[in-house]
Amino acid sequence: MKQITLSILTLLFFTLSLNAQKTFYTKSGYIGFFSSTPLENIDARNHQVVSFLKTADGSLNFGLLVKSFKFKNALMEEHFNENYAESDKYPKAKFKGKIVNLSDIDFNNNGTYIAKVEGNLTFHGVTNSIKIDNINLTVNGDKLTGKASFKAKPEDYNIEIPSVVRGKIAKEITVNVEIEYSLYKK
Amino acid sequence: MNKIFIFLGLIFISFSGFSQDIDDLLDSELSVTKEYTTATFKSTHIINSHSVAQLKKNHLNFIIYHRFGSISGGISKFFGIDNANMRLGFEYALNDWLTIGIGRSNYEKNYDGFIKARLLRQSKGGKFSSPVTLTYLASSEIFSRPFNDPNRKNYFSSRLTYVHQLLIARKFSENLSLQLMPTVVHKNLVKTVTQMNDLPAIGIGGRYKITKRMAVTFEYYKSIRFSNEDIQYHDPIGIGIDIETGGHVFQLVFSNSPLMQEGGFVYGANNDDFFKGDLHFGFNITRVFSFNHN
Repeated sequence: MKQITLSILTLLFFTLSLNAQKTFYTKSGYIGFFSSTPLENIDARNHQVVSFLKTADGSLNFGLLVKSFKFKNALMEEHFNENYAESDKYPKAKFKGKIVNLSDIDFNNNGTYIAKVEGNLTFHGVTNSIKIDNINLTVNGDKLTGKASFKAKPEDYNIEIPSVVRGKIAKEITVNVEIEYSLYKK
Repeated sequence: MNKIFIFLGLIFISFSGFSQDIDDLLDSELSVTKEYTTATFKSTHIINSHSVAQLKKNHLNFIIYHRFGSISGGISKFFGIDNANMRLGFEYALNDWLTIGIGRSNYEKNYDGFIKARLLRQSKGGKFSSPVTLTYLASSEIFSRPFNDPNRKNYFSSRLTYVHQLLIARKFSENLSLQLMPTVVHKNLVKTVTQMNDLPAIGIGGRYKITKRMAVTFEYYKSIRFSNEDIQYHDPIGIGIDIETGGHVFQLVFSNSPLMQEGGFVYGANNDDFFKGDLHFGFNITRVFSFNHN
């Protein structure tokens, strides 16, 4: 009997403590990518990134509409959507992953932490597992900001680049992520 | 022992439940995001008609239009290549939804100016999503050649033609886009008293992409003509191919109309008979320049 009471109590405690864990979210995160070659620089920015982060298990995800990437040059934007990303066929890009060094991060104490994330990135209908090591996470009360940068290869995502423009598109594209989360309330 | 298992099982369930729910949240957030249809047409013109495609803000489009003579002239006229009509056009976007433009055609030393405003955008998701893109086009044309009869009293206003057009387009699939074009052409001066000053017409145009960078296009106008003179005019028909190469779009066309501005080809006084093979080969070449700095 004692045992049952104890386990129920522990369970209750556990559920309660889980509820005290936070979910962060944003609808206006930033993801940009940059390709630099001697011939041409390509710079695209998307300020409508949706992201959720659950502190309980360190799971996090990102989602965006590919068409929301804005380019300085409208023609580049059109070519990106029509010929490369094929955003009518593959309208969304997503990342689903987990913070792997969750024990290093204290979401209840203000400060800057280095996070490592592993997960699956889906773009252009192709899913690849990726690892991002140097993520700056800054906890400031109910605000959480994250900054990360990683590289991706167009060919890994089945993006055909015709030989004529091969020299204008970098072999590796730098992707920058900047997210300012606030607390998610249902 | 059993209880421990139940306990662990419960924890496991509550954990696995978690990553599931933020993924659901993500999907539901993304599905309410409004997504606008883009690239309904590759170029701002289908063949002769404007398409709903708008330039982006601060972009300038330079278009060279060329229509050779009728190919039915045969080898003696080198299949029409001996003579040609041309129009130079500049279009500039004040805003993503508003473009102004000017043009000059060699036929009748014609100048034209237009304003093209997008009123609705085809979209999906979000609160209100429109099934079509709706654009209003107003243009006026002025011929600057001398009047045919310099001895009579000629008014400046007699040089003017006005065109009002609604462009209603839908991108049905990645490859197929269609556009309806209710149109009114008003000419201040017509040849005879019985001729109509206002010509109503309805146009249909479209494009079908055959590869990523190539598309087949067509357009046709059915005019409502009452007077004996007007009935003899031919409605414009055109078929073409769009070829996109980086910053240029090449449009190779066959049309029964030698003229490239609405007051010319919709009105139809110069159109030839498509079904007798009186076709004009021609091309439009566009080049877009971006004036965005930051």
